[in-house]
Amino acid sequence: MTEHTRGKLKIFMGYAAGVGKTYKMLEEAHTLRARGIDIAIGYFEPHGRADTIAKAEGLEVIPRKKVAYRGKMFEEMDLEAVLRRRPEVCVVDELPHTNVPGSARSKRWEDVMVLLDAGIDILSTMNIQHLESLNDQVRHIASVTVRETVPDWIIQKADEVVMVDLTPRALLHRLQRGVVYGPEQAQRALQSFFREPTLVALRELALREAAHEVGQRIGPIAGGPESKEGGPPRAKRKILVHLTTDPKTAMVIRRAKRVSDFLEADCYAVTVQPAGDLDTLEGEARETMEKHLNFARNLHIETRILKGQGAAAVVEFARQNGVSQIFVTRPRSRIWLRFMIHDPVQEIIDEAKDLQIVIVSDRDPTVGYRYSGAN
Amino acid sequence: MREPVSEEDGLKAISSGNRRGYLKIFLGYASGVGKSFRMLDEARRRHLRGQDVLVGATQPRIPPEAKLALQALEVVPLKAVGEGVVVDVEAVIGRHPEVCFIDGLAYENPPGARNKSRWEDVQELVQAGIKVVASVNIQYITELSEQIEAITGKHVTQTVPISFIRSADEIEVVDAPPLDALARTQAEQSGFDERRQQLLRLRELALVLAADVVDHQLASYLEAHGVKQQLGAQERIVVCLTADSKAEEMIATAQLIAQRFYGELVVVNVDQPEISSVERAVLDGKLRLARAAGVPVEILQGRDPVETLMAFARARGMTQVFVGHSRSSRFWSRLFGNPVDRLVRLSRGMDVRIFPNDHD
Repeated sequence: MTEHTRGKLKIFMGYAAGVGKTYKMLEEAHTLRARGIDIAIGYFEPHGRADTIAKAEGLEVIPRKKVAYRGKMFEEMDLEAVLRRRPEVCVVDELPHTNVPGSARSKRWEDVMVLLDAGIDILSTMNIQHLESLNDQVRHIASVTVRETVPDWIIQKADEVVMVDLTPRALLHRLQRGVVYGPEQAQRALQSFFREPTLVALRELALREAAHEVGQRIGPIAGGPESKEGGPPRAKRKILVHLTTDPKTAMVIRRAKRVSDFLEADCYAVTVQPAGDLDTLEGEARETMEKHLNFARNLHIETRILKGQGAAAVVEFARQNGVSQIFVTRPRSRIWLRFMIHDPVQEIIDEAKDLQIVIVSDRDPTVGYRYSGAN
Repeated sequence: MREPVSEEDGLKAISSGNRRGYLKIFLGYASGVGKSFRMLDEARRRHLRGQDVLVGATQPRIPPEAKLALQALEVVPLKAVGEGVVVDVEAVIGRHPEVCFIDGLAYENPPGARNKSRWEDVQELVQAGIKVVASVNIQYITELSEQIEAITGKHVTQTVPISFIRSADEIEVVDAPPLDALARTQAEQSGFDERRQQLLRLRELALVLAADVVDHQLASYLEAHGVKQQLGAQERIVVCLTADSKAEEMIATAQLIAQRFYGELVVVNVDQPEISSVERAVLDGKLRLARAAGVPVEILQGRDPVETLMAFARARGMTQVFVGHSRSSRFWSRLFGNPVDRLVRLSRGMDVRIFPNDHD
């Protein structure tokens, strides 16, 4: 491998702690080492598991960096040390990890990007629940809000995504035998996250995601319709997200981005403001709108603040830019309020009868009823 | 010691019937991904934990690392029948181990054997109350054989029906990536590319099949436990067509989304006896279009179209509803609402995709 080529990223994907991601990754590290490849561990999380710790034996470990924060010591990957050591392949466990405050980069996946840019190949791990676009679905399945997420484009950038599978029952047995956690933590886990239907649903999500990632890496079918010559290349679909201060907007952004990725469409997000900037928004509303704009940008969605009034500006933007579908939150439901309350979502639906409008819902039917407070 | 399927087994297969045993399947997508090793390694670990383990069948060629796992295990040799060999079903049933391991489900048995195929031997063992762990390669699934042939160019004759895979209590995917992406030189690259594409397609098929099996298991678990909640990750789309629908656009969009998300798709029409004969003819043409595209069509009966559609969608666990825009004028809608508004209000838990209509 030459110095200037970008490193390759391989992700071992699981659906819960204890399915054997780290173990599988270390197994591969040994295989590579046996082939004479220069490999080192930048960071791995043994979780006190005997078989995982044993698996790391014989592999070079680059010492971690000790970081003090609020009177406690934390250990993080020593990025500078890894860059100095420059192995061909580096093992960096737990891609979604958040670094201790005060670190140069707040997320481990950002550190991994630096290493890839430096031409180092990376083996890493993550669980499906940390994928940003699945955040709402995961909350619905597992009743937890996962805060440490990895934007989908990181996974799309990976050269290889491997599913580390284990049946939920086998996983529960491992948990009961104390292989995954200590006794107290295991009891807590069994009562919360590690319930069988939750695990099964997460596993299904992971399998589908892995299938999708594999599908993405298949080139055009030889002799298939996509490879046929002649005829102009099909114009890319365009998907538009309508941003408001409704807290459900984050869910709409995720869903729209996911659909764009699966349909290989371009995704844009717009909000309409009278002056074309956020200055007319005050206090909390402004903060929320900024949050939504930033969130969209972090997912690599192009954002615009349109100058104008209400739905007309959104619909006009869509028509002018060849957008075929607009993703919106649910309109406010009370019909008798529609004359009194100005609801831009309802206006878009009424206005854009020449476009596809997608009204995004929580997949849990009970959630929507607690409209304003729901999160 | 027998281990009958009991309450604590939690998730059960859908079509288990009166079966008493238990079946776990390792699913791989090509030979050499490590199915045999994973399976025999599980046998070894169970043996170490003190379980009564018996190996009922191994592959003709055993990879070296699997051989190592096999060393400590009790093996019932395959029985010679005519020109070939079969699993010694009588011996396994007589011995009645706690867990029996059978590698390679798709083998066809020689003439004169008690069953035509090895998977039927396994079915018999499971029915006899034995817990069986088996392995199969996605290339040998009966219903996928056309797809497999399109990918690999090879026609396989020895196959296992998908219903048998679905009847498994557990399925586990052995997903080693095809050819190591990290350690590949430029020269190797070109030669590998074609084979790599093939393997990626097989891998995608295997992962989707596993996800479908898991989805079925989850649905039956939730049903058995009286849970109304929709937990599965499969997208299910219902397209509601009327005489006004832009049927082509709606069906094409739905098919694309269903294909990309590995989802299911159904087209419905809520029957309205009062429509004119012209409208009826137009509608029939649109429903034919759906059938021609290979989409199942269902006609729903009910007084209130919105209620009828939503009842259907809820009963079938739909995640997305496709309808046409309302034809009511804005003024009318603002005063009294319209069917689409009602649908949106009633559709909690589902995404609603509203399409332009014909002649708008």
